[in-house]
Amino acid sequence: MNIQKKMIGDHYKKLSTAKADGKKVVYTFVPGNLNELILSFDMLPVHPEINALQSGMRKKSGDFIMEAEKSGHSEDVCTYVKCDIGMMKKGNIGPTGEKLPEPDLLLLSYTGCFTFMKWFELLQKEYNCPVAMLHVPYQGDGEITESMKQYVVDQIRDTVIPALEKASGRKYDENRLKEFLRSSARAEDDLVAIWESAKNRPSPIDAYFGGVYYIGPIFTAFRGLPECEQYYKSLRKEVEYRVEHKMGPTTPEGELNQQKFRVVVEGPPNWTSFREFWKMFSDEGAVVVSSTYITVGGLYDRGFRHDAGKPMETMAEYCMGCYTNRNLPARVDILEKAIKDYHADGFLINSIKSCNSFSVGQLLMLRELEKRTGKAGGFIESDLVDPRYFSASNIKNRLESYFQMVAAKRAST
Amino acid sequence: MDCFIGIDLGSTTTKAVFMDRNERILGRGITNSRSNYEVACQVAREEAEIDARFLLLKDRLRKYPQIGEFHEDLMAWLSCKFALGQHLKQLTALREECFTVLQMWSKTADEKERYRQALAWVFDRLDAGASSTFEPGRRAQSDFFRDIATSLFLKDAEAAIKETSLSFDRAVGIFDKAILRVENKSFAVFYAEYLDFARRETVKQPRFRKYEKEIVDVVQEVIELKFNVIKSVGTGYGRLLLPFPKDQIRSEILCHGLGAHYMFPETRTVLDIGGQDTKAIQVDGKGIVTSFQMNDRCAAGCGRYLGYIADEMNMGVHQLGPMAMASKKPARINSTCTVFAGAELRERLSLGEKREDILAGLHRAIILRAMSILARSGGVVSEFTFTGGVARNEAATSALRQLIEQNYGKVKMNISPDSIYTGALGATLFAKRESEA
Repeated sequence: MNIQKKMIGDHYKKLSTAKADGKKVVYTFVPGNLNELILSFDMLPVHPEINALQSGMRKKSGDFIMEAEKSGHSEDVCTYVKCDIGMMKKGNIGPTGEKLPEPDLLLLSYTGCFTFMKWFELLQKEYNCPVAMLHVPYQGDGEITESMKQYVVDQIRDTVIPALEKASGRKYDENRLKEFLRSSARAEDDLVAIWESAKNRPSPIDAYFGGVYYIGPIFTAFRGLPECEQYYKSLRKEVEYRVEHKMGPTTPEGELNQQKFRVVVEGPPNWTSFREFWKMFSDEGAVVVSSTYITVGGLYDRGFRHDAGKPMETMAEYCMGCYTNRNLPARVDILEKAIKDYHADGFLINSIKSCNSFSVGQLLMLRELEKRTGKAGGFIESDLVDPRYFSASNIKNRLESYFQMVAAKRAST
Repeated sequence: MDCFIGIDLGSTTTKAVFMDRNERILGRGITNSRSNYEVACQVAREEAEIDARFLLLKDRLRKYPQIGEFHEDLMAWLSCKFALGQHLKQLTALREECFTVLQMWSKTADEKERYRQALAWVFDRLDAGASSTFEPGRRAQSDFFRDIATSLFLKDAEAAIKETSLSFDRAVGIFDKAILRVENKSFAVFYAEYLDFARRETVKQPRFRKYEKEIVDVVQEVIELKFNVIKSVGTGYGRLLLPFPKDQIRSEILCHGLGAHYMFPETRTVLDIGGQDTKAIQVDGKGIVTSFQMNDRCAAGCGRYLGYIADEMNMGVHQLGPMAMASKKPARINSTCTVFAGAELRERLSLGEKREDILAGLHRAIILRAMSILARSGGVVSEFTFTGGVARNEAATSALRQLIEQNYGKVKMNISPDSIYTGALGATLFAKRESEA
């Protein structure tokens, strides 16, 4: 965690001096991002969702959201957007207290979230900077066809690369890109080994609350960099040590070795009460053995690796393959497999109030999963970064009831 | 006698259930949760214990064949005279508390004396009229001393103050302070005194006089009976405040599921509308919860909604249902937001709409909200049970029956007169079954 903290701190530092250092900045979204390509142009990425979630964890999002609402954004708008807009309106001071640079390019890779487009429309208006749009086809039929792949490759080649060249003032360098892609694949191998360690009893990791930290480097500004590779190497080593010594994951309350419940979670966590939310699980002896949120940037556990041998195609596949771009039946399949592979006692859905595109259909998923797996499903509702939508006592009540239900079910069979 | 206790500490009321080793319900007790949960818990428990004693009293009286046909009649007398005894004790305490509050006032001695006289007159009338409130076969307007005393006090205080220069609001202010103090005391501990009073009052009736000896013996036996509590389990909104270890605390969702299954073994869906939450629960053939949904970001459409409406209309919450049932043309109210409903209520009243029609609309609105939660939990596929405080409200159950049939067709819908105890009953069953596991 300390290594990661330093990585993030250094990144924000670099961003704060980007203009003075002559670095160009590109704002882009996390799911299916083209980090290796951005790095190959020597540009620095800024991820608005990460700023929003970091602000949420640092208890700053409430004020930012109110600021955005003052300027006319309604209560029902995605709270990531409002947090980001509010932060911008309050001087664009990032989560670490350093000022964020203005973008030289907005790289909009639309992956399963329609709000992304509207979000960057707002940012474009604010910053008056160019936008490169990468339209990523939704996996409506549950698969990536050749024509879909070609469609994305063409856009990367004809739209994204020229826009990056223009913004950075550098020529596209495929060899450089390949180096980053190779490094990504190595880190991805380690990350998958880390995920799969949760099949052990006790699980040495928490694949949701802890998982959030584990995915930090690979889904953001660091994938493709040597420090990212190093991070996953050392994390894997630590996890292997924990497996060997039958140690549970570290939680804010200490090590969770007595694991009474193994659960799979769908949906992002609540960021404003992150620790409190985590404690509600650890207090019950519940460990999350797999979650869909940790695949929001890429489904490595289902075999995907960045492939330097076909740089354009691999980036296209990565963009289209992330979890947010999957349809409901595919999401059900993914969850079903996780529940079975990780021998979970049940599954929980944390449904996000302000995210219609992702939350829609989650109750149907719940029913279907209950039917297919025979495991108990639970449903919680909260929000990403709006503290007003986290009702601690009610959520705790639901979780306690849920775990007692799982225990009662277990005792009766 | 070995027994198990379940306590449901709800946001509005606290319930307790006593059960024996054969899973027979011995007694139920209820009180309003008030600000002091500990007292609420103690009172509910004591009330349940008294109820258990009455059941055992009934059992023992049955052993005398000579009482035969008078049995039910005799029990009705004993229980209502018992309630009268307790009520009179509480009235005496209330009178004293009113005088204490009055003494703390910074008014002139003369003014205090005038209020004292007025209050004494009111309490004399309340004492005198109490026996007519507790007559056999007459159903009390409410289970709670607070409700009964408040409505009677307001009526008589108005009459007492009318011809004087005293302030009615001040008198009510004294009463409000005093009743809070009385509520936070336990009166059930004097159960032996009330039982004795009940026995004396009952045998005054010529038809019971010849059984006096049997009655005295049985009452004495029941007074001396000791309960040996094997295990207690707590549930409800305030369960974490109960002085129980964690393994003796159960979620109310599990308790409602198991409690409903005990009452209606074929039930597969349970809807519980409590003070501040609405729960839709699916259970299996053993009463184990398989899935559930509840409101968690907003308490619109819960029991407190009716409490708020009752306050707005200056009525007791128990009076809402009967009034709504008188409606011929229910108003169409869709908002389940409590605050909006209050505004709508005032507007409609000012437009001259009938109170009963507005109330019928408001009852339907809360059921509409419950229907949505019910659908989310998986809907209703077979036998269905409605529990919680709101299930006692006839207008709410009638709206629910209609909407269930409209959405899920004809299904058997169970409502037990004791539905408010479902959570406490489930907790008791957990206590009993786990102590044997």
